[in-house]
Amino acid sequence: MVEILKKEILRSDVRNLSFSYGDKKVLKNINLPIADNKVTALIGPSGCGKTTLLRCFNRMHDLYKSTHYEGEIILFPEGINIISAKLDPIEVRMKIGMVFQKPNPFPKSIFENVSYGLKVRGIRKSSFIKDKSEKALKQAGLWEEVKDRLHQPATSLSGGQQQRLCIARALATDPEILLLDEPTSALDPISTAHIEKLIVDLKSTVTIVIVTHNLHQAARVSDSTAFMYLGEMVEFGTTNQIFTNPQQKRTENYITGRFG
Amino acid sequence: MIEVSNLTIRKWIDFLFQIVGLLILFLALVTLLSLILDLSTKGLHRIDWAFMTHFPSRFPERAGILSAWVGSLLVILLTSFFVIPLGIAAGIYLEEYAPKNFFSTFIELNIVNLAGIPSITFGLMALGFFVYTLNFGQSILTAGLTLSLLVLPIIIVTTREAIRTIPQTIREAAFGLGASRWQVIQHHVLPYSSGGILTGVIIALSRAIGETAPLITIGALTFIAFLPPNPLGTDQNFYDWIFSPFTVLPIQMFNWVSRPQSEFHVNAAATGLILLLLTLVLNAVAIFIRFRFRRRIKW
Repeated sequence: MVEILKKEILRSDVRNLSFSYGDKKVLKNINLPIADNKVTALIGPSGCGKTTLLRCFNRMHDLYKSTHYEGEIILFPEGINIISAKLDPIEVRMKIGMVFQKPNPFPKSIFENVSYGLKVRGIRKSSFIKDKSEKALKQAGLWEEVKDRLHQPATSLSGGQQQRLCIARALATDPEILLLDEPTSALDPISTAHIEKLIVDLKSTVTIVIVTHNLHQAARVSDSTAFMYLGEMVEFGTTNQIFTNPQQKRTENYITGRFG
Repeated sequence: MIEVSNLTIRKWIDFLFQIVGLLILFLALVTLLSLILDLSTKGLHRIDWAFMTHFPSRFPERAGILSAWVGSLLVILLTSFFVIPLGIAAGIYLEEYAPKNFFSTFIELNIVNLAGIPSITFGLMALGFFVYTLNFGQSILTAGLTLSLLVLPIIIVTTREAIRTIPQTIREAAFGLGASRWQVIQHHVLPYSSGGILTGVIIALSRAIGETAPLITIGALTFIAFLPPNPLGTDQNFYDWIFSPFTVLPIQMFNWVSRPQSEFHVNAAATGLILLLLTLVLNAVAIFIRFRFRRRIKW
């Protein structure tokens, strides 16, 4: 299946990844190439492990006990193994940003939210922080709406605006990969359309991996799609191929709505 | 549709509960008000400048509470100094760092147990350990340490409760941006839980300021006609005052109540009012700080 992406530059490569909570293996021998400056969608029914896989990329599982990784996730061009026990998860998270299912702004001002990643990194120069924050808010398509109220609480924004703020917050530190975990599942259709457009615009600057429940969304925004089922990678290919000409029976059944 | 016959009863039960709740609230308020009223009618006229600035005396009309309120303030100051950082740190550790295993469960269980131990037991322990073993004497230091131990569990438990109310999604957002565990605590966990933590601090200090039994046990004096050494004085060390003998408001009050002369009972009522006032002022300060903390946080 790697042939499909042969012409692309890889940003990351998942190799024989298995992941378990305690004794329960929830990801089984996953292989997945992530192309640079493209959108890769992870689809599959609830409980198939797509969010679990996404959270391996920024070592979120390390926050909880009895979690265990096997295999490799190589990050290019550095060529480091993200899930290596020798690598500090904080270093991984500084390279890879994440946006969660529900908008989760900090109960602080809009500006404090978008600049938080810089604060964490010990950056104090206020002109730099201001420029970066403005740029991130522009990238997230939020600048025009909030430029006059940067010091108002982030929770005064609407749900869709909050989610774009979370995207801006992740973008402010120039991540190498942006992970989106069902970013529109809690939003209304208009906000969803706004964010989908944003995802397509963003891929010129950042590599995106998106988990989605919504097949149409995967079809609309992604370049390549991976279908997962019960912790296994069933099929991976270009989005066009997965949706028009799936090679596996299970993929076809899922795409056509026979289950899931 | 299913036939519904109990709607009237359900509404009645709702109404009944409201009435009962209101009555209980009323009862609590009336008790407190009548207590304050009783103390006021007996003691309010006794409170004046002389009462606040005189030492106790065997003549009731000349007696004052200078040493008692200074003692109370200093003891609470030391108690706060020890117990606030210790209690909050312990709460944070147990909630954010400690692994959930047999050992941490054992510690948690014992903290809860500690909160239920009669205060006089703390006094006995302090007498043996702080007064005699560590040779701190019957001092303000011993009193501060004793009361710290007594109210420590309150602060630990309320800190943990407050921390637990912070959604995990907020922590994950911060970790996801590359924050370290301490940064998550410093920038998010502590500020967002400061309201709850300060409520715990208020409860703990209010409890400490009214405690009498453990302080009598460690040998607080009931008749003190001098003040602790002035820390800014020239002929002593800055910290001499913490080794000074002391009395506190509730002990002074207890002492006067147990006198046969009714004039002393008036003094006791007046002291009670001052103690109440001191508690209210401390609470007001804490509420003000809590307000300042919360102002910048909007959920």
